Amino acid sequence: MSARVTLATARRVLWQIRRDPRTIALLLVVPVGLLVLMRFVFDGQPQTFQAIGAPMCGLFPFIIMFLVTSIAMLRERTSGTLERLMSLPITKVDLLVGYGVAFGLLAPLQAVVVCLVGFLALGLHAPHGAWLVGLLAVGNAVLGMALGLFASAFARTEFQAVQFMPAIIFPQLLLCGLFVDRHEMASALYGVSWVLPLTYAYDALARATRSGALGGRVAIDICVILGATLVALALGALTLRRRTA
Amino acid sequence: MADTAIEIEDLHVVRGGRSVIDGLDLHVAAGSVTGLLGPSGCGKSTLMRAIVGVQIIQSGQVMVLGESGGSPQLRWRVGYVTQAPSVYGDLSISENLRYFAAVVGVGQERVGEVIHTVGLAGREQQIVGSLSGGERSRVSLASALLNDPELLVLDEPTVGLDPVLRAELWRTFHELASAGSTLLISSHVMDEASECDALLLMRDGALLEQTTPEQLRQQTGEQDLGRAFLAVIEQASS
Repeated sequence: MSARVTLATARRVLWQIRRDPRTIALLLVVPVGLLVLMRFVFDGQPQTFQAIGAPMCGLFPFIIMFLVTSIAMLRERTSGTLERLMSLPITKVDLLVGYGVAFGLLAPLQAVVVCLVGFLALGLHAPHGAWLVGLLAVGNAVLGMALGLFASAFARTEFQAVQFMPAIIFPQLLLCGLFVDRHEMASALYGVSWVLPLTYAYDALARATRSGALGGRVAIDICVILGATLVALALGALTLRRRTA
Repeated sequence: MADTAIEIEDLHVVRGGRSVIDGLDLHVAAGSVTGLLGPSGCGKSTLMRAIVGVQIIQSGQVMVLGESGGSPQLRWRVGYVTQAPSVYGDLSISENLRYFAAVVGVGQERVGEVIHTVGLAGREQQIVGSLSGGERSRVSLASALLNDPELLVLDEPTVGLDPVLRAELWRTFHELASAGSTLLISSHVMDEASECDALLLMRDGALLEQTTPEQLRQQTGEQDLGRAFLAVIEQASS
């Protein structure tokens, strides 16, 4: 692995995104727009908005980074640039970590914007500090990115890649406890929810956005998020083949 | 075998359930400009992919610059240009080259030099996606020239280029060869064969003939290399 190549890759990915101001606008505006929408959907139920909207501030980056990176990596595969890179002295780790650094730099931007709007303008509370929600949002964004890089290996076209959002992300959103307490689900689903990374991402956010002691669980949640990110990156590296049929 | 750049023995490649290369042997001399010629679909690109080590092969031995094809050390020494330009369409010419320069570990001053070599000087800031097909493939070629690789594998680098530019590129190829590089260049246009020191004639996944333009003309009695190639095919099938 080479720091020079990794950073060059990160810089190149950021150059590509900079050339696409509409994507930047979508990255920043869409989460805020959805949060504002939720605020008024739950106009008569401020507690529900707090219970769902506050954790959502930290989950939007996960969802959006998943989508953006899975398409970005798919383009790398279909444009032939991946094949060129695989014939050059760049390791798979350089490439994946390069993507990680680039999106890891964008994620705080997105997290700051959505947290500012949520906690300052829309009246959400973060008893343990909005900074903690922001930090978790960045971690979740990097997790979403790692899963997106891995998922892109299973898509041949962009049509397929966008389908991975409902296929991989929606079930995790339903099972993570955001909408229904996990204990109230069918026991099989409750069991499944334990192996889904978003469950831990949500758990940390839920604890960070309600009063009461944080407890050691948040530390465990953060470890699981980091671990799942590394596992997804490792799986992603396995899907990058130097030789293809 | 310091004078041999590529040595292939009994190569078999299957793609999509179909045998694309079936027991091919060849050798390419170091420091030569070797043309790989044959109709489209005859396995030229697959052979090139096998040489640069991105193709899964069924069996056979591929030795490149004294090492096994696809070994990590070769990634520093072999340049590969795919048929479809593999560059980032949403970046400018110089951004593309600056990235690839960082990957192969050469100084940024090489960027200007290779842009000049492929005749795109003054266009550095143009976005690759807005270039014509021929210009895009020149950016792709420039990316492979950055680190002066010992072996350059170029898959149809002159397709869609105007005759003037094509002649310039062939001059560049010969300059690179006289500076010590080996070039393997595929084409399905036989009139480019006369530019090569050595010729590999391919058909249906097999090597028909390993020859030189001069030999081919003598052997077939045809001055036109296109007709000479046809004569070789007729001989082979009779």
